[in-house]
Amino acid sequence: MQNIKQKNIRNFCIIAHIDHGKSTLADRLIEKTGVLSSREMQEQVLDSMDLERERGITIKLKSIRLNYKAEDGEEYVLNLIDTPGHVDFNYEVSRSLAACEGALLVVDASQGVEAQTLANVYLALEQDLEIIPVINKIDLPSARPEEIKEEIENVIGIDAADAPLISAKDGINIEAVLKEIVNKIPAPKGSKDAPLKALIFDSYYDSYKGVVAFIRVFEGTIKPGMNIRMMSTNKRYEVTEVGVTTNKHIPVDKLEAGDVGYVVASIKNVKDARVGDTITDDDNPTEEPLPGYKKVVPMVYCGIYPAEGEDFNAVRDALEKLQVNDASLVFEPENSAALGYGFRCGFLGLLHMEIVQERLEREFDLNIVTTAPSVIYRVKTKSGEMLSIQNPTNLPDATEIEYMEEPIVSASIMTPTDYVGPIMELCQNRRGVFKNMEYLEETRVVLHYDLPLNEVIYDFFDVLKSKSRGFASLDYELKGYQQSDLVKLDILINGELVDALSIIVHRDKAYERGRRITEKLKEEIPRHLFAIPIQAAIGSKIIARETVKALRKDVLAKCYGGDISRKKKLLEKQKEGKKRMRQVGSVNIPQEAFLSVLKYDE
Amino acid sequence: MKEIAVYVHIPFCGRKCYYCDFVSFSGKDDKIEEYIAFLLKEMAWYKPYLKEYNVKTIFIGGGTPSYIDGKYIVRIIEFIRENYNCEWLEEITIEANPGTLNKEKLLLYKEAGVNRISLGVQTLEDRLLKSIGRLHTGRDVIENIHLLKELGFSNINVDLMFGLPKQRVEDCISTMETIVDLGVEHISYYSLILEEGTPIYKWYEEGSIKLPDEDLDRKMYKEGVAFLKSRGYKHYEISNFSKPGFQCKHNLFYWQIKPYIGFGIGAHSNVESNRFSNYSNFKDYFYSLKEGKAPVVEIEYIDKDMEMAEYMIVGLRLIAGVDKIEFKRRFGKDMEAVYGPVIDKYIKEGLLKEEGGKIKFTSKGLDLSNIVYVDLLP
Repeated sequence: MQNIKQKNIRNFCIIAHIDHGKSTLADRLIEKTGVLSSREMQEQVLDSMDLERERGITIKLKSIRLNYKAEDGEEYVLNLIDTPGHVDFNYEVSRSLAACEGALLVVDASQGVEAQTLANVYLALEQDLEIIPVINKIDLPSARPEEIKEEIENVIGIDAADAPLISAKDGINIEAVLKEIVNKIPAPKGSKDAPLKALIFDSYYDSYKGVVAFIRVFEGTIKPGMNIRMMSTNKRYEVTEVGVTTNKHIPVDKLEAGDVGYVVASIKNVKDARVGDTITDDDNPTEEPLPGYKKVVPMVYCGIYPAEGEDFNAVRDALEKLQVNDASLVFEPENSAALGYGFRCGFLGLLHMEIVQERLEREFDLNIVTTAPSVIYRVKTKSGEMLSIQNPTNLPDATEIEYMEEPIVSASIMTPTDYVGPIMELCQNRRGVFKNMEYLEETRVVLHYDLPLNEVIYDFFDVLKSKSRGFASLDYELKGYQQSDLVKLDILINGELVDALSIIVHRDKAYERGRRITEKLKEEIPRHLFAIPIQAAIGSKIIARETVKALRKDVLAKCYGGDISRKKKLLEKQKEGKKRMRQVGSVNIPQEAFLSVLKYDE
Repeated sequence: MKEIAVYVHIPFCGRKCYYCDFVSFSGKDDKIEEYIAFLLKEMAWYKPYLKEYNVKTIFIGGGTPSYIDGKYIVRIIEFIRENYNCEWLEEITIEANPGTLNKEKLLLYKEAGVNRISLGVQTLEDRLLKSIGRLHTGRDVIENIHLLKELGFSNINVDLMFGLPKQRVEDCISTMETIVDLGVEHISYYSLILEEGTPIYKWYEEGSIKLPDEDLDRKMYKEGVAFLKSRGYKHYEISNFSKPGFQCKHNLFYWQIKPYIGFGIGAHSNVESNRFSNYSNFKDYFYSLKEGKAPVVEIEYIDKDMEMAEYMIVGLRLIAGVDKIEFKRRFGKDMEAVYGPVIDKYIKEGLLKEEGGKIKFTSKGLDLSNIVYVDLLP
């Protein structure tokens, strides 16, 4: 790898709403600068996990180095740092933005600016990044680039007059984007002779090398043989390899101020190379770490149980493997009377939770039961203790509780004005407190609400989408805790309390939720030889009741020669279904039932 | 020499009933001649493989076997007699629909040795017959049974259905009363099964027809069973009743997991631990035989565990139950050793009982047999 002068380095990232074409543009930039031949090009190379590709979102960020010969004949190194596209991964986004001097803002030429985009733009502005708007999908008949330019100027307040009009899909005008990167984004600063200061913006575990940390060097130089120190933990390691990433890792002699690359230092766990942490030279340390590091804390918890008890160890192994690459996933064993041994797992948000669940099922081929997600409540007991509760089962008895607090988020919902009514109604229903409404343009607004997080995690996003025909977008961040009149809603099936179905809800919502959950469970639980009462209760008070009627008939009327194999298949299916159920007392409960507490069905 | 039951499938009908998902076609009469030729070809194909077997029963089913010309039926039976060991042959059944029978046909059957007629009656209520797409009336049934008796057929089965749209318990019983008074030897009484892809299924899904609920369905079954018992019929299988000595020998092969071979499209066989089935369309069936191959589309090997499970599952359909000694004799294992926990569990729950060394369903168990079956599967 040739050494490129600092003034010819450009470090940038791409900010875009889901589906606005971030990955496709990344592909085109990679193709155009010739890092990979088109033959080598896989679609959307930066999103390498199946799940990411399927969902069209980036979960793990990565970086790639592009070599570009500009019009002036100079060779440039363009480091593209990929960012996750979802609110759950906000912190990771802010850290990868911190590694850059500039950002491409990709806006869909027909859809315009979305809440998600806006949130990330604000993060980028906070980091003082140079923002280059790029208007994508101009090949679509519905494209309205001039209006979108205006919208960008009005909403974000940046000049969009020169924004390249491109189609990443068709490879139109990609060169213009490269020119803008070179001309507008400032070169990195910082002295290669100062004490080392490098920001970790991503890391992953490699079974041969140990943890590979992606870094941006701000000051100084890092090279093999050096002793480095993680400034948040003071842990020390010896660097064994540094390098840059093109289509693969390429070792180099050293990384200097302004460079983006990777470092390997026999680190055993990604927890020890935390995103946001600063690496310094242990022998010649810097005084101050780079700003902005925080330890990420889970916002949402749920129970994950093996569908079959004997898989407990397999689930633990799988969670451990996931955790190696995902420092924000936390879990600890727990025990449920209904579900047996499993794990309480903490996630950054609902999407993060769903992704982990799906990966357990797909990549590890595990059959799991998940319980309703919960947020972390604070409970002040009469004895003066302050407890953090993330599993409703652990809530102390009502008589011992002085008061409870729940997490509140500040939510911004961007929507066409047509849907303001239904969305306000939704927020109202979810105990939202209206803050204000901003007009972005004549037909689009941002609604600001304070919402209890426990209302957001119950299919809020799905309902929002359906009420706005998919047009509204949501962004939120934790605001703080607030005292609230909360109760524990228990579900009894055939007279037995099923701990895995308990949830904490606001008292005003308890009756309605109780009714809906019992109705839903009535649909989900198959009929048995006996009638099964399903009750919702607060304490000892029953607030809703349904009954699953006893099964009266389950018989094959006919069974002659040709029927035997066919009927056997039916029975085998029935058996398979039964296997997927959990037995609580004498009642078999299908796995899906444990998620029925999740659905509001508005 | 081992016993075998022979099934022959005749996939032709005047009209397909609304509940029917069998392999049968209306409006394909031009195929009949060719089909019979291939049927004989198939029977010839299996001849070398069945040398060690002696045919105990023949069942010609459909479709509507009585719909096609009687000469074909004669040809089929003659072919079997000429090519297979038939010294032990005791029962030859043909399925017939009222309205398709006449004296001439019946005399041909009789001459060929048919000694059991199975009539698809379903109900005698004309409004109900119409609603399920049957082509005959209640009147036709009565006339046909009289004719059968007149011609000396002394082993007649009548198929009856319950759980039809708008059917009442009284309808079931009054039909039975008439049929019993006509002196038939055997009655099959089974509830309508909604099969995917049939018109009735579609109407039910759409909500344009209603079916009796479970409680009414069970009432129809229980009252039907009680009525037939009171008139001297023995309840010997979940849906089958006979006068003493008139149990269907052919069907007992199925319920006792004894070997059977099926000829014709969509026919199933179970020989030597292999369960296999034929193509259910003419094209592939004909083509295979033209190529000199068996027209088999699917083969399942039944291992011992599966055979034991099947033996229990179909065996429990018999009201007499499954004999523990017979089980041990056949499989060399004690039934308890294999199914003890399941049997105990369901005896406790009141679905099974043990009497005289036999495990059998209780009356509640007969309504809920699938629950037990699921746990018997390996």
